[in-house]
Amino acid sequence: MPIRALIIDDSSVMRKIVERSLRQAGIDLAPVLEAGNGAEALAVLKDNQVDLILCDVNMPVMDGLEFIKQLPGVANAKDVPVVMITTEGSESHVVQALSSGARGYIRKPFTPEQVREHVVPVLAGKS
Amino acid sequence: MNSHNQVLPANGSHEHWTPLLETAVREVFELMLGCQLTAAIDGEQPAPDFTAMVGLAGQLCGLLSIRCHRKAAALMASKMLGVEVDKVGPEISDALGEVCNMTAGNFKNKISGLAEGCMLSPPTVVTGSDYTLHSMADSPAIEVRLFFEGMLITISLQINS
Repeated sequence: MPIRALIIDDSSVMRKIVERSLRQAGIDLAPVLEAGNGAEALAVLKDNQVDLILCDVNMPVMDGLEFIKQLPGVANAKDVPVVMITTEGSESHVVQALSSGARGYIRKPFTPEQVREHVVPVLAGKS
Repeated sequence: MNSHNQVLPANGSHEHWTPLLETAVREVFELMLGCQLTAAIDGEQPAPDFTAMVGLAGQLCGLLSIRCHRKAAALMASKMLGVEVDKVGPEISDALGEVCNMTAGNFKNKISGLAEGCMLSPPTVVTGSDYTLHSMADSPAIEVRLFFEGMLITISLQINS
């Protein structure tokens, strides 16, 4: 069954790179949903069911950390795993993201192998 | 690929960060664009007309910029999107901005204390070549010049200590 993914990043180029990296990592994807910030993503999730969310941290309007805090309020998405993908590499950002509910944290720049390492266990429910 | 970790210097000298800046940008191109940057060689190059900038604030204040010609920026977008270079359009600025953003993030993550203590602004991209950048930096810029597929890119870090 193809994975329904939502990719959230204010850069459309980065959204395409993340999608390509998921495919290069061998993940079978259904057509990917995209959002430019956390608020757009919440709106997308109200009308769509997804299996995986990949989310940037620093974005305008609503950043990634605020998005994962608000995610439990979306009935059909509260249990969807979120993996953060960001240039922010500090330990406090990682701790903050994971304690807010993120299931993984990938630092940019990244390789498809790193995407696979972080995403596959999350999809398998092992993270 | 080497990874470096250094501490913030107590004095105002940042020249020893040049190799870290070079490593940071090389890693971005290798991992995200799938290509190796090479040492710049002397010779005539077209004037850069694309400039991406990311501000740094906190423990380190300054501005990281990447300057290149439109052809180089278009090729970056092409490699990042996985499409032919003649198919890219408005994504050029977005792509160069992201390269600059990732370089700034990768650079600060290599220096102890900066990952936590330094924030990055969203990238800004300026097009055209007829402008002068007036930075408030109070120390000389760190500059790295490299070739991307034979085209010059200049990475500059201006520091306001």
